[in-house]
Amino acid sequence: MISQLTVFIENEEGRLASMCRVVSDAGINMHALFLADTETFGVARIFCDTPNAACDALRNAGYRASVTPVIAVKVPNEPAGLADLLDFLNQHAFNIEYGYCLPSSSEYAVDVLKIDDLSAETTLEEAGYESVRPEDIYAVD
Amino acid sequence: MYFQKAIETMPEEELRNLQLRRLKRLVDYCYKRIPFYREAFDRADVLPEDVQSLADLAKLPFTTKQDMRNAYPFGMFAVPREDVVRVHCSSGTTGTATVVGYTQKDLDNWADCFARAIYAAGGSKHSVLQVCYGYGLFTGGLGAHDGGTRAGCTVLPMSTGNTDRQIRLMKDFGTDILCCTPSYALLIANHAIEQGFDPAHDFNISMGIMGAEPFSNNMRREIEEKLGIRLCDIYGLSEIMGPGVSSECKQQHGLHVNEDQFIIEIVDPETLQPVPDGQWGEVVFTTLCKECSPLIRYRTRDVSRIITGQCECGRTFRRMDRIQGRTDDMLIIRGVNVFPSQIEEVITEAPEVTPYYQIVLTSKGPLDHVTLLVEPVPEFPFDEVRKLEELKKRLGAELKKNLGVAVEIKIVEPKTIERAEGKAKRIIDKRGDTL
Repeated sequence: MISQLTVFIENEEGRLASMCRVVSDAGINMHALFLADTETFGVARIFCDTPNAACDALRNAGYRASVTPVIAVKVPNEPAGLADLLDFLNQHAFNIEYGYCLPSSSEYAVDVLKIDDLSAETTLEEAGYESVRPEDIYAVD
Repeated sequence: MYFQKAIETMPEEELRNLQLRRLKRLVDYCYKRIPFYREAFDRADVLPEDVQSLADLAKLPFTTKQDMRNAYPFGMFAVPREDVVRVHCSSGTTGTATVVGYTQKDLDNWADCFARAIYAAGGSKHSVLQVCYGYGLFTGGLGAHDGGTRAGCTVLPMSTGNTDRQIRLMKDFGTDILCCTPSYALLIANHAIEQGFDPAHDFNISMGIMGAEPFSNNMRREIEEKLGIRLCDIYGLSEIMGPGVSSECKQQHGLHVNEDQFIIEIVDPETLQPVPDGQWGEVVFTTLCKECSPLIRYRTRDVSRIITGQCECGRTFRRMDRIQGRTDDMLIIRGVNVFPSQIEEVITEAPEVTPYYQIVLTSKGPLDHVTLLVEPVPEFPFDEVRKLEELKKRLGAELKKNLGVAVEIKIVEPKTIERAEGKAKRIIDKRGDTL
C-alpha cells in the first residue's frame, strides 16, 4: 500500500491554486495530482513527499484532507497491461472504487487502485504482480 | 433550588391577583407618562380604567418594534433622564436600533430574573459562572453578569472571542456554568476537543444557560454530550428586558415565564387574536414592573406556545415552549412555510456533516431555489466521489420529506461557512437581487 493525499475542494475559482499553495508553503514537493471533478466540488488525489505532513498542513489551513491507503502495482508497458489487471480483479470479485495511472518507464506502468477490500494487494502479489514501494514514489514520513 | 421561593412558587390565584394589580398600575402609568400610549389608547378608544380583569388586556393596542423605532432614541422613556442608569439597544441589523432604558430598580428586577434562572438550572453562590455573551449594548453579557452577581456566583466576565483563553480559564478556574449562545458553546466545545481535551470529563463544567438564538434539540444534545453539561434554555429580548424573561428549570420542558414581572400572551400572527393554550402563535409580552421602558402587548415576532399543566419543579410560573422560529424568519419558499429550525434538525441528525450550515435562497425565473451549504466531518471518506454524491442525495431526500420543498445540497470546504461568535448568520436571501 502507498499513501495518497486526498483533499476535498470546492469547484470554485482559485480553490485548486490556494490548496496547492498550502502544500508548497510547507516546503513539500508534489509528484502527481489527479482531479475528480463534479459540478460543485472536486476531489484532488495527490502523491507528494511526506504525505502525513502535507495532510497536517492542509488541515491546519482549514481543509478537509486525509491520507488514504491505495494499491499501486506495476504492469507491463504493452497492450493489455491494464486490461489484464482489471480482468484479474474482476474475476476475483474486487470492486475498484477509482483508479488512475502514473507516468511509467519504458518497461512498466504504475496503476493506482482504490479497493476497499484490503486483501486485494496480497491476492495480486500471489498472482505475480509486483507492488510499488512508497519510497519508489515519494519521501516517506 | 429556588432563588425567590415565595414568588416562584406563588399559588396560582395569588399570582393572577398580583398580575392584575400590577397591570392596572402599569396601564395608568403608561397612559400618563408616555405620549405614544396616550395616543394609541385614544385611537383604540380605551381608557386605563377599562382594564378590570386580566382578560381586559386583549382590549389594549399592540406595541411593535416599529413603534419603538419611531420613538428613537428616548421617546418611549417614562422617567426623566436623571433616573436612567443604563441603556441597551437591539442589534439594529434590520433598521434603526430600538433603545431601552433601565432605572436602578429595573436592573435589580432583571438581575432577580436571571438569578432565578441560575438557581433553576442548578447553580448557586458556590458556582463559577463564565459569561461569554458579548458585553456592551447587547443585553446578553451584562444581563448574565448582573444575574450571576445577584445569585452570588463567582462571575468571569469573558465576553465573546479569544476561544483559546475561554477554554484555558474554563479549565483552570473550574467553571461550573457557561453562559453564551449555543453556537458559540459548540465552537468552544469543538475547539477544546481539537486541542486534545475531553471537556465532558476533564473540565468541572456541569451547566449551561444558553439563548439569544434558536437551537434544535439535536444541537442541545450535542453541546450537552461534548461539554458534559445540562443545558438550560434562557429567553429574553432587549425590548422586554434582556435574557431572563423566561428560562428552563432542570426538567428542560418549557421555559418558566417570570409572571410576577411579565404577562405572556400567544396570538395568531394573522388575526392577532389570542389562541388557546397549547396552540402555536406569536409571543406577546406586557411588562408589569418596568419603570423606564414599560411595554404593553409587545409583539416579539417569536413563535411559541404555552405548555399546559404543572411542572414537577414546583414553580407555578407558566411555561412557554422553546422558540420555534420568528414570524419574520419564517421563510416562505414556493408558498411553503419553513422554519430554519426544521432544517437544523436534519443537519444535526446527520453524522456525516458538521452542525455548521448556511441556507442560500435565490430565484430561478419565477421559482425560489434553496441551496443548503454543509461541510463533511473530518472523518468522512471524501476521497470517494460516490460517497459524497450519496450524502447529497440522502440529505436532499430527507429535507424534501421534512420541509416539503426541494433543497439542493452543496458540500463545501470548512472555511466557506463562517464560524459564529455571536449570532450565527444562517440564512442568505438573495431572492430580491437582480442578476
